[in-house]
Amino acid sequence: MTSLHHAVSHAHASNLEISDVHVSYGQNAVLKNVNLSIKPGEFFAFLGPSGCGKTTLLRLIAGFNQANRGSIKVGGKDISALPPWRRDVGMVFQSYALWPHLNVARNVAFGLEERGVPKAEITKRVQAALDLVGLSDYAQRLPSQLSGGQQQRVALARTIVIEPKILLLDEPLSNLDAKMRVEVRRELRDLQQRLGVTTIFVTHDQEEANAICDRMAVMNEGIIQQVGTPRELYERPANLFVANFLGHANVLRGAMGESGHDRSFTLRGGERLMIREGAHIPDDARLVLRPQAFSLARGTANGSWTGTVQDVEFLGAIIRYRVSLNQDDILVDASFRPGDEVYAPGEQVSVSFDSSSAVWLSQ
Amino acid sequence: MDQAATAQASTRSFGSQKMARATLGQMVLALFIALFLLGFLIFPVATVLYVAFTEKGTGAFTLINFIDFARTDLFVRSFWNSFYVSAMSVVLASVFALPLAYITTRFTFRGAGLIQTLGFLPLIMPPFVGAVAMLLLFGRNGSINLLLDDWFGFKIPFMEGLNGVILVQSIHYFPFILINLSASLRNIDRAMEESAQNLGSSGFRLFRRIVFPLAMPGYLAGASLVFVKVFDDLATPLLLNVKDMLAPQAYLRVTSIGIADPMGYVISVVLIVMSVLAMWLSACAMKGRDYATVQRGGGGLMKRSMNRFETIVAYGVVTLILLLVLAPHLALLLLSFATVWSFSPLPDAYTLAHYSRVFGESFVYIKNTFLYASLAGLIDVVLGVAISYLVLRTKLIGREWLDFMASAALAIPGVVLGIGFLRAFYGVTLWNGQPLATVWIMIVIALAIRRLPYALRACYAALQQISQSLEEAAENLGANKARTVRRIVLPLMTGGIVAGFVTSFSTAAVELSATLMLVQSNSDAPLAYGLYVFMQSPAGRGPGAALGVIAVILVAVCSWASHVLIERTQKARGATS
Repeated sequence: MTSLHHAVSHAHASNLEISDVHVSYGQNAVLKNVNLSIKPGEFFAFLGPSGCGKTTLLRLIAGFNQANRGSIKVGGKDISALPPWRRDVGMVFQSYALWPHLNVARNVAFGLEERGVPKAEITKRVQAALDLVGLSDYAQRLPSQLSGGQQQRVALARTIVIEPKILLLDEPLSNLDAKMRVEVRRELRDLQQRLGVTTIFVTHDQEEANAICDRMAVMNEGIIQQVGTPRELYERPANLFVANFLGHANVLRGAMGESGHDRSFTLRGGERLMIREGAHIPDDARLVLRPQAFSLARGTANGSWTGTVQDVEFLGAIIRYRVSLNQDDILVDASFRPGDEVYAPGEQVSVSFDSSSAVWLSQ
Repeated sequence: MDQAATAQASTRSFGSQKMARATLGQMVLALFIALFLLGFLIFPVATVLYVAFTEKGTGAFTLINFIDFARTDLFVRSFWNSFYVSAMSVVLASVFALPLAYITTRFTFRGAGLIQTLGFLPLIMPPFVGAVAMLLLFGRNGSINLLLDDWFGFKIPFMEGLNGVILVQSIHYFPFILINLSASLRNIDRAMEESAQNLGSSGFRLFRRIVFPLAMPGYLAGASLVFVKVFDDLATPLLLNVKDMLAPQAYLRVTSIGIADPMGYVISVVLIVMSVLAMWLSACAMKGRDYATVQRGGGGLMKRSMNRFETIVAYGVVTLILLLVLAPHLALLLLSFATVWSFSPLPDAYTLAHYSRVFGESFVYIKNTFLYASLAGLIDVVLGVAISYLVLRTKLIGREWLDFMASAALAIPGVVLGIGFLRAFYGVTLWNGQPLATVWIMIVIALAIRRLPYALRACYAALQQISQSLEEAAENLGANKARTVRRIVLPLMTGGIVAGFVTSFSTAAVELSATLMLVQSNSDAPLAYGLYVFMQSPAGRGPGAALGVIAVILVAVCSWASHVLIERTQKARGATS
């Protein structure tokens, strides 16, 4: 541990400032006015569907794409005019991009050789980097002789050995099988914590992003939709896209009404929700509720909505019901413990929820 | 094609049983192919080996012939000359091919497609055709040296002795390196380069450390091909009057001393060994280096646009190389229209007389070429389709051996096959007492054997691309094997079959090394032979050049037509193929 800390550690992690970045190819705008500030040592994720611009943004930071305007600053220094090889921004490629004609040790040594590091030190640092990813026994192998997971670690070692100011990970888990993915993601997080390097992780998998990052930016159609911690984004999505992209959301349309002092929201089927005084809710708002915000009980109950169970999916730890109200269908997740009662399709249930978990979004 | 279909007619197995066991028809087909290959490839080559390793007269095993070879100054010198010429041709061909491959695959370059096409042009003309024309341009008293002498007072010995062979060969064979190197450059995934840049590498260092090593397999494949082609070529050195090289020596021994003299056979064995050795070495060097790194969403090296300075340099280099490469063609064209072209940079006057002479008295050459090359091409695609079908779609025992035998022809130099045919079939006489070796059909068979590996690979690739489920669907709907082959397999293979035919046809049309041994009379001679005869006398150069131009046009038109045909069928078939 001491040798690797000597070899690969970041005394001063850098921050990253992206201001007013715009990228378009002809008429087609790929990134629109992106502003983002990533703190030193932060593990940050770009999350979004394919084609949302997250990979373009990552490659822009690495210098492989050119912005039409805007600046990218690492540690206060504008790097947007620098070629990729002068940026000190390490990137782990989705395909790993290990050079098949060089063995593991020479792949890892490459960046240090390009920087003119003395031979003896290269040997030491390569050894330390390979120790760090647990592959010191594989130094003489060729990439084709390694498993997918091992190749991924070599790609990681090859990048962190140069002690980059920023570490970029382009969907690093996408080529691994489901079980490996969970394992490697834990290792990545652990490694990042030890190195303290500012890291950006690109993914389309919200669970992956939630599990691994400190903060994330949800992107769609070239626009950053919202930035925040996974929990903030899940609990307080800024718009319907974020709400739908992060897990499931029941989006209920209805009308605001007022009777005396009381404001209320009435669904199309007549179900009503009383709104607390002082809450500022726009008139065109929709009610967004996570499936687990609801709880069900057999029969009907005063003050609760009434619905009919349409179908039941048994997912192990939870049971997902589709319940039809008068006009709307909602998904309800109930946590399941062995022995719990399960409602059957066709059964009438009362639906209640904690109104504090309601989110109001206008578009 | 018909054989493949009829042979399958007797089969009635369906679905999953299709691969279960070979049918009688398949066995008959395989037997027929095996006999053909044994008779016309293995037997002649074995005869050459036998003569080389046995004592003349007694037939006892001996190495004395090889010892004689090693003790004869001329042969040892010829060996080293051949080696030197081949190696230097590889070097010079690399000098032409490297910049062209790099610039066209690397930069967004106007006319990159044109350069790649022009770069392949030399291949449609065998080197000996342009050899004499090159003498007139680059020779001691050729255009270039006359101008150099006028302006600067010195001459450069471009074409003196071995230099001439090296220059002509490298100009003609560099496309092999260009094609293979461009293909492997295009197969390098962009991420390979980006990751190197990301780690701080750029410019020439990046090229040297990442790009070139990854393109190495393609380069080696091309380079070894050039080496073998040059080592085996017979006509170019002969036309340039260089006799102390191995292939010309083999030819001269057999034609001037006689087919009983063992030295021609010993040289043949040396030629085979060198071919096999070069191919084996390049295969070893490439082992475990299958670097096709393009991945999903990848797509070749990064292309960038050049700045002004780079553009000027690039266009300069490309123009210079293309001028040099096209020089034999231009010179040949000039020569074919020239009245007298001697001791002057350009011909004195121009005429069409050579063409009228060629179309008049020498038309038989053109007719023979069409006949021989078409028949050879036909034999090749029939065998190619049948062998690929047997290998890919049946479980016939030993089917890989058919493939192996057919491909082994690659390692047999043309002059060796010619000598083998002469020796093996001279003793076999027909009903009228004519030796079998002197019948024109033997030229066709020799050409077919020489070109079979190329046609086979084209058919093989075409069949491999057809999903077996397409055939299973046809069988499932009631078509038997024969009808499935005729209605599904053959139509889908059309592109590959046409490509195979054209490759065979166009290379057979200009092939000389095997035919030179087998042509017995002018009336049986193909175009390449006529050209060779014409070119040997100064008076025959004009008509010879006219024949050469006709040959080039013939091959070019065929290649172009097949290209269009293949494009059209592929377009019509859309994404399903």
